[in-house]
Amino acid sequence: MMIHLPILPILIPMIGGLLLLLPPFAGPRRFKSRRAAAIALCVAQVVCAIYLVMTVLSDGGIMYAVGDWQPPFGIILYADQIAAMLILLTSFLGLCVTLYACAGTDVQGKYFHPLIQFQLLGIYGAFLTNDLFNLFVFFEVLLIASYALLVHAGGKQRTAASVHYVILNLIGSSLFLFALGTLYGITGTLNIADMALRIPHLSESNQLIAQAGGSLLLIVFGLKSAMLPLHFWLPKTYAAATAPVAALFAIMTKVGVYCIFRVYTVIYGEQAGGLANMIEPWIWPLAIVSIAIGTIGALASTNLRMLAGNLVIVSVGTLLIAFALRTPEATAAGMLYLVHSTLITAALFLIADMLGQQRGRALDFFVVARKIKQHTLLGIMFLIAAMTVAGLPPFSGFLGKLVILQSATGSDHVIWVWSMILVSSLVTIVALSRAGTSLFWRYASTNDASDENNVSKWQLSGALLLLIASPAIALFGNTIVEYTNSAAQQLHDIPYLIEAMNLEGGTQ
Amino acid sequence: METLYVICVGVMTFCGVFLCLRGRTFSVVVGLTMLSYAVNLFLFSSGRLSLDGAAILGMAEEYADPLPQALTLTAIVIGFAMIAFVVILAIRARADLGNDFVDGRDPPDSDKLVKPNRGKA
Repeated sequence: MMIHLPILPILIPMIGGLLLLLPPFAGPRRFKSRRAAAIALCVAQVVCAIYLVMTVLSDGGIMYAVGDWQPPFGIILYADQIAAMLILLTSFLGLCVTLYACAGTDVQGKYFHPLIQFQLLGIYGAFLTNDLFNLFVFFEVLLIASYALLVHAGGKQRTAASVHYVILNLIGSSLFLFALGTLYGITGTLNIADMALRIPHLSESNQLIAQAGGSLLLIVFGLKSAMLPLHFWLPKTYAAATAPVAALFAIMTKVGVYCIFRVYTVIYGEQAGGLANMIEPWIWPLAIVSIAIGTIGALASTNLRMLAGNLVIVSVGTLLIAFALRTPEATAAGMLYLVHSTLITAALFLIADMLGQQRGRALDFFVVARKIKQHTLLGIMFLIAAMTVAGLPPFSGFLGKLVILQSATGSDHVIWVWSMILVSSLVTIVALSRAGTSLFWRYASTNDASDENNVSKWQLSGALLLLIASPAIALFGNTIVEYTNSAAQQLHDIPYLIEAMNLEGGTQ
Repeated sequence: METLYVICVGVMTFCGVFLCLRGRTFSVVVGLTMLSYAVNLFLFSSGRLSLDGAAILGMAEEYADPLPQALTLTAIVIGFAMIAFVVILAIRARADLGNDFVDGRDPPDSDKLVKPNRGKA
């Protein structure tokens, strides 16, 4: 069992998701057993992820050759500290989302729980794989699940947003394949570690082609991560999706960011000869403008979900800055920020949904509407979420932004980084205070709110779990910072990766 | 052979990109199909083009790289599923939104495209 640990996060949702389609769990009447099974599956994934993190922490990165086909020929899964951490994050998010959806979202359409499982399967796979084509396959798995989840529960807006999302991502997939074909044609391998070995030894003309392939890959990952100028689909899509789905999508942009970190640190990193750090000059302006555009979008948003969607773009920009600094410290800071921003934007989407439920037809738009019934409870939750996302102490947002600012000291771009992140935080506070004021304090005095339903226990449990995680990150900050530091060291240590793959002798 | 192949892939990619930029879902779907055909051909060629080569060692004098063939097969399967999905989605969008534009609504200036006095003496 031990040696098969790295593939367990993929197997559990795959087999579990298939089982959810079978008689004991299928059908509109049996939603109770389906919910129980789905929650059990999510808990199993969290446990497995914790075990994986512990194992990776004590033994170092684990290489798993699927079918025992050794690198560079077979498909390799590679669980290092970053992958293990992100799997834990995803499984935790999956658990919260499933809990929240049990309040009733899951019975608004068929196959909600199986699709969530397949979506999780794709995300785990994208984090674990060390093979570029396999990465493409897992991208498609998570995408096709997300297409179906996006139109879940139906409706005009969802269909309209879905058309854009699907077409854009199909074009992205085509570009991904073009990039893979180019890179395979030049290097003759798809294994990321093996490619890192071969890129420095390319001839001058082949380097140009490898550069073209790498740049195409950047477009694909940029589209997934909603990097400027490929971000236009995001706010509309996230605002249209049902709340649990939008919350789960919070990790999807981070998959793109993770791939940028992985591919451009390992393959096109410092040791890549003529192509070393080839995309870094591109990332700088894109990251900074992403933050600016996301912040302006946050100010211009007319409802809370749209605001949260724009904050996702800001967080992507911040992560790209952490990438562009190109030091292990900055990578560590980025990983910490990634965990925090995923959890908190997911929580914001859930809170927006609960608010919308109690405001009648006004939903979460910033207009005068009836008073929210449980305004104390929801107000406190919104306050915590807003403070966290804006980066105020004592919550995790403060810690996340602090480490990024610290890691930027000494870099040439320190003025840009500091001013951009700090100004963006200030504007975010303004946008969120405006949102909170109009949602909680401006209500029509005539309407009686007593006929509204209270938020259900399922919804509360899902959202609270996400919210509690934020002070918990700040509380155990030291442990987590240590972990991300060693994880980033591991990512930047290319010889270690090559040794873990047993590649040194075989291909040279 | 290479030149012909390159021209085929290039023209198909061009057609695919052009059609993807159109405003109505039908041409976009056709464009996506073209693009996926082009990419399949492109992937196939990434293992170099060779004649009379077997993918299995010992079956022929020369052997062809088997990996691009496997990649192409996978890409065909995935591409086919995705195209099927987008066709269904386009039909659903036609039903839900009442028109077949990708944006879900008529372009705001579509009435200006035709001059008001057109057809009159």
